[in-house]
Amino acid sequence: MNKSLKNFFNLVVGAARDLAPIVGVIGFFQVVVLQAPFPNLENIIVGLIFVVLGLALFIQGLEMGLFPIGESMADALAHKGSLPALLGFAFCLGFGTTIAEPALIAVAAEAAGVASAGGAIIDTDESRDNYATGLRLTVALSVGFALVLGVFRILKGWPIQYLIIGGYILVVVITLFAPDEIIGIAYDSGGVTTSTITVPLVTALGVGLASVIRGRNPMIDGFGLIAFASLTPMIFVMIYGMAY
Amino acid sequence: MDMIIDLAVHIGTSAFGTVRDVLPIAVILIGFQVFVVRKMPPNPRRMAMGFGYVIVGLTLFLVGLEQALFPLGETMATQLTTPEFIQPESSTQVAWRDYMWVYIFAFAIGFSTTIAEPSLIAVALKAEEISGGSLNALGLRLAVALGVAVGVSLGAFRIVTGTPLPYYIMAGYVIVIIQTVRASKMIIPLAYDSGGVTTSTVTVPVVAALGLGLASTIPGRSPLIDGFGLIAFASVFPIMAVFGYAKLAEWHRHRSKIKTTETPESKRNI
Repeated sequence: MNKSLKNFFNLVVGAARDLAPIVGVIGFFQVVVLQAPFPNLENIIVGLIFVVLGLALFIQGLEMGLFPIGESMADALAHKGSLPALLGFAFCLGFGTTIAEPALIAVAAEAAGVASAGGAIIDTDESRDNYATGLRLTVALSVGFALVLGVFRILKGWPIQYLIIGGYILVVVITLFAPDEIIGIAYDSGGVTTSTITVPLVTALGVGLASVIRGRNPMIDGFGLIAFASLTPMIFVMIYGMAY
Repeated sequence: MDMIIDLAVHIGTSAFGTVRDVLPIAVILIGFQVFVVRKMPPNPRRMAMGFGYVIVGLTLFLVGLEQALFPLGETMATQLTTPEFIQPESSTQVAWRDYMWVYIFAFAIGFSTTIAEPSLIAVALKAEEISGGSLNALGLRLAVALGVAVGVSLGAFRIVTGTPLPYYIMAGYVIVIIQTVRASKMIIPLAYDSGGVTTSTVTVPVVAALGLGLASTIPGRSPLIDGFGLIAFASVFPIMAVFGYAKLAEWHRHRSKIKTTETPESKRNI
């Protein structure tokens, strides 16, 4: 008990260290650059304590929960030896975690605003909702597809760079044909899809698979799933913008 | 007293939000466990507890950020871009030099929010573990944070000047491709991954506020079109930074001629 308390204390100290730069930057700009006082200081202090404790708990939970869960799923599915089950899991994980992602919901709503302001869709709530829902489905499908492709790559041991560079070229080519309004959103959507809970799970899945499959190296083959998940949404969203 | 009630309401709604985000993940994990794998994982209780810690931790983290940092950071991003603060020399011409504080803020906030990004911490810890310690988790995070910092401030410069986003991103791709060709194959997947993990919980709200603030106050920019794109910068530049970091680390190891630590590759060759 004493040992785990001490361990947690170390995590708290680490979390405080990770937060120190933000506090410094915001403090500096508020006091020195904008020369404004701090509004409700006690709120800020309580908030900071929450942030530090929350980050420490999250990291504790990462080592106890998320990493082992991702690895044990990888292990179990690899030993089961069923390719459809493994790829099905990858797709569900990608699709399921993305469709409910709050950052994506926000971006989709803004994108619908852009499209209606630009005259691409009719300016009504209904058509905007349809557009936003379609966009969310598109991004979720693209992340599902990305994880399927990424897991398949791990199984085959293909070098990642050819696939990613191929993806970049595809992005460049599609950019030439995509409507201007969608480009910024499409490029951003690559970054917002991967949430704080998805990343550790997906990383553990990839590394776990690469460790159980003979001839694969976790460092070379295990990483890279997130990279696919940030590339495919750009391509899919631009195609969606062209097709709509 | 009011503050405590406020806080309780806040924690409640945020916890609800986190549970809602986690629900699909939990359904998929449990579904596959029950219907496909049909075997108990080792230590299920410990895993469930860890999952609980993650939910509670993330809830506290978000409540705290919304309480302490986001309002200030977002107001700051807007204030730094107002004409009263910038005091431009002419009201129709945009001089990019007037926005020096904006670039400094973009750099500093990009760096500091990335250092606190939980998903980056997760990937860095995993990378350190897998590489047997030859990759340092903090070093990796510092490299990624530097990449985001440069990316976000360049993105702010792009919004101010109104130059097209694809040119910057494509130039970034070309550099990434050149670095890929020259890099050790050990680092390539990790470098690519680091582009995607940098922009989540902490970075996105403040950076998005900066982009929208800039695009709505600068004459001739539309928040709807120019406000986007900062996240894209924050996803390409960390890739370059990680490649750079790996080269630097390699060079440093070479120079100090310490006996090489056991890397997965050396293990595999035995």
